[in-house]
Amino acid sequence: MPRWFDALGSRLNRMSSFVITLLAVLSALVVGAVIIILSDVERLGNGEIGAAFSELVTAYSALVRGSVGSLRALSETVNNSTPFIIAGVSVALAFKTGLFNIGATGQMLAGGLATTWVGFVMDGPAIVQIPLALLAGLVGGALFGAIPGVLKARTGAHEVITTIMLNYIASFTILWALDTQLFQRPDRSDPISKFVSDEAMLPKVFGFIGFGDEFPAHSGIVIALLVVAAYWWFLERSKMGFEFQAFGQNADAAEYAGMRAKRLTVVGMVVAGGIAGVAGGIEILGRYGYATQTFAGTIGFDAIAVALLGRSTPLGTVFSAILFGALQSGGREMQVETDINIDLIVVLRALIVMFIAAPLLVKAIWRVKSAQVSTGQTFKGWGS
Amino acid sequence: MRLDLVDITKSFPGVLANDRVSLNVSSGEVLALIGENGAGKSTLMNVLYGMYRPDSGEIRIDGQPATFQSAADAIEAGIGMVHQHFMLVPVFSVAENVVLGVEPTGVLGSLDIAKARQMVKEISDKYHLDLDPDELIENLPVGIQQRVEIVKVLLRDAKIVVFDEPTSVLTPSEILEFFEIVKSLVESGKGVVFITHKLKEALHIADRIAVLRRGKVVGETSPSQADENKIAEMMVGRPVQLVVSKNTAKPGAEVLSVSGLTVLDPDGRTVVDDISFAVRGGEIVGVAGVQGNGQTELIETLTGLRTANDGSVRLGDDDITASSPRLRHEKGMAHIPEDRQRQGLVVGMTIAQNLVLTRYHSPQFSSGASMDWGKVHDAAEELVKNYDVRTNDVDNLASTLSGGNQQKVIVARELSRDLQLAVASQPTRGVDVGSIEYIHSQIVKERDAGTAVLIVSTELDEVMALSDRVLVMYRGKIVAEVDPRVTSAMDIGLYMAGSKPQGVAS
Repeated sequence: MPRWFDALGSRLNRMSSFVITLLAVLSALVVGAVIIILSDVERLGNGEIGAAFSELVTAYSALVRGSVGSLRALSETVNNSTPFIIAGVSVALAFKTGLFNIGATGQMLAGGLATTWVGFVMDGPAIVQIPLALLAGLVGGALFGAIPGVLKARTGAHEVITTIMLNYIASFTILWALDTQLFQRPDRSDPISKFVSDEAMLPKVFGFIGFGDEFPAHSGIVIALLVVAAYWWFLERSKMGFEFQAFGQNADAAEYAGMRAKRLTVVGMVVAGGIAGVAGGIEILGRYGYATQTFAGTIGFDAIAVALLGRSTPLGTVFSAILFGALQSGGREMQVETDINIDLIVVLRALIVMFIAAPLLVKAIWRVKSAQVSTGQTFKGWGS
Repeated sequence: MRLDLVDITKSFPGVLANDRVSLNVSSGEVLALIGENGAGKSTLMNVLYGMYRPDSGEIRIDGQPATFQSAADAIEAGIGMVHQHFMLVPVFSVAENVVLGVEPTGVLGSLDIAKARQMVKEISDKYHLDLDPDELIENLPVGIQQRVEIVKVLLRDAKIVVFDEPTSVLTPSEILEFFEIVKSLVESGKGVVFITHKLKEALHIADRIAVLRRGKVVGETSPSQADENKIAEMMVGRPVQLVVSKNTAKPGAEVLSVSGLTVLDPDGRTVVDDISFAVRGGEIVGVAGVQGNGQTELIETLTGLRTANDGSVRLGDDDITASSPRLRHEKGMAHIPEDRQRQGLVVGMTIAQNLVLTRYHSPQFSSGASMDWGKVHDAAEELVKNYDVRTNDVDNLASTLSGGNQQKVIVARELSRDLQLAVASQPTRGVDVGSIEYIHSQIVKERDAGTAVLIVSTELDEVMALSDRVLVMYRGKIVAEVDPRVTSAMDIGLYMAGSKPQGVAS
């Protein structure tokens, strides 16, 4: 290894988890590069190694251009990031409470369906319709989140299992609902909902000064940032946030201290579900204008990675959501400009999460030394 | 065999855990290694057992330098370790556990259990361990399980046997039997390293005593040259009051009265069996017993963490049998829990947050939905000062504190308010000598202020030193009530083991 490499390593010595996170992303990009080159069978087969490398350069520069290279690209990134931020907060808050919310997808579907319903049955100005529609999303998601919460508090059923199962239930319930007269668009026979009214759609962020066309990002991002601010206040300043975190870190100590574990479990899942419901609502009002069975996509699952990458902190969740949003929009551009499938983005995300989950590996690769790293067995309990 | 640790230095970022430590132990002798938490005993033993590589210094076996890359190397070199927490498979037999990893095999690699049984039998007979090779581990008492660990070490041909806090799980009579085993090990030429924090035991069994403080060997002595006070002073670096100083109790009215209390565990077994007793204001009542005889369940029921199946608990004039932990707390019950890491603290939160863990919701610290962290901070600074918690910032994480200081945080939180009853379970477990002294004095102070105090400890010495009355628990029942001033530790030990001392009428 060259000297500068070791020097870099010692410079990073004792640096925060932020650095580890950055290095994890970097590691993922490096492995991604190897995958791009190795999967370029055609050029490698012809011995055109140089061409394979230039394909890689094209791919990664398209990734950058497609995510931040223009106002339109930036808009795309903002719109992609918005649901990641909100659903990410949902999962992060559950993590902080010691709950693993894998059900953000189902909660988004439940919330989004409620939002859609309010969006097409109501009339009135945007200022009334949008808040009410999103409130419906909040309630829908919260009710759906309450189910695993109550199941865990009452019967001990683990939320990982119940939320996964409830995702299927949500998915098929919405499929059925979209086939009913109440929701289905009159001129369609496939499961697709009526359009929400125009007033219910979230306005473009800079539409009011005429930039709506050049920068078509919708104002869901504003709501997302408000959600993050509220999450910050909740963690840092609120009484309940203190309870949630005490319970999340040490349930026995929380119970010892007189906090009510069962109530915290239910409330934690309700709040997390409500937030995910808002994410679903914003996808409807900001992006689609109607509901389908798949409008939530894999956002609810990606949100788990977002929360992990952001270490469940408010700011970390925002940054990792933006990274995921950027990868999404950049990936599309990459697919257009090269032969590389957008699924590479899924691989990149998976690699990031894998590296995050294995901090020791990242530290070893980048030669970061840290006081907290222990190896092998330690004699915990000696002399006690 | 002679084992030398020469000038061992091991540092971690910010901590010099071992500073030029030199020790030696030879066949046929017992070296006691004594020191407070964080003195560097664990690091030193990790170095010896091949878990850490020292920064400098070396290990010598019979004068020859040796490097251990792993525990396997250490075992190979003849070093055996009996851990405080046993590493046995409960559903396997004694013989199966003993040969785990070094199984004698027959045709096609099948386990030769007859041979294994034979091996256990031989070692057991040689050292008078009295083991049945076919008994399942889960059916054996802790003292016998420890012998299985010893056989494991001997089977791997250890010449030097290291015991990590071996007596902490044993009853007084089991401790005596354990010392007999140590003696027979020494007689047959083994060297023994005995790691402990119990001064009495070190004095009783060791040939030489090495004292570690802040990573350094501060002195070596022997039982003939030193007494408890001297060793304690070496450990702490200043004279220590080992005896709890207290006046005769002046008991007042009954504060806690328990009658017919019965608790079942989730499997339906009776763990607290029809217990009745009372604690009056101004007295300390101690509950002695070997771990696992229902003390934990009793305390958890008294403090509201477990529900009683039968019987009643009264605090003052109130029946609190079914009250929540928070209500009991508000009625003036303090609870210093058995396991500070598991129940007493959220170590990932700050010292200040932990100091308000049980009363963050009071108007003093919060208004409406929000916390007033400024006030919490101020109150925490006050408490840290008054209760001698050694930290330079109350906003540091609780995990940064030593065991003794963590315990002081709990003591500060629980005792710094008007109380009717203080319940303390293992109040000084894993706490350094200096902090033990301080915590004991706080508990006595609370008693003298008129609070009823209930202490549970598996350290019989502690129960006897602190309590005005001692209740002995065995298999969920209170089997004796004694006056610690006139009853010997040996007799209490017999009650703890379920038998009755001779010559004592029931």
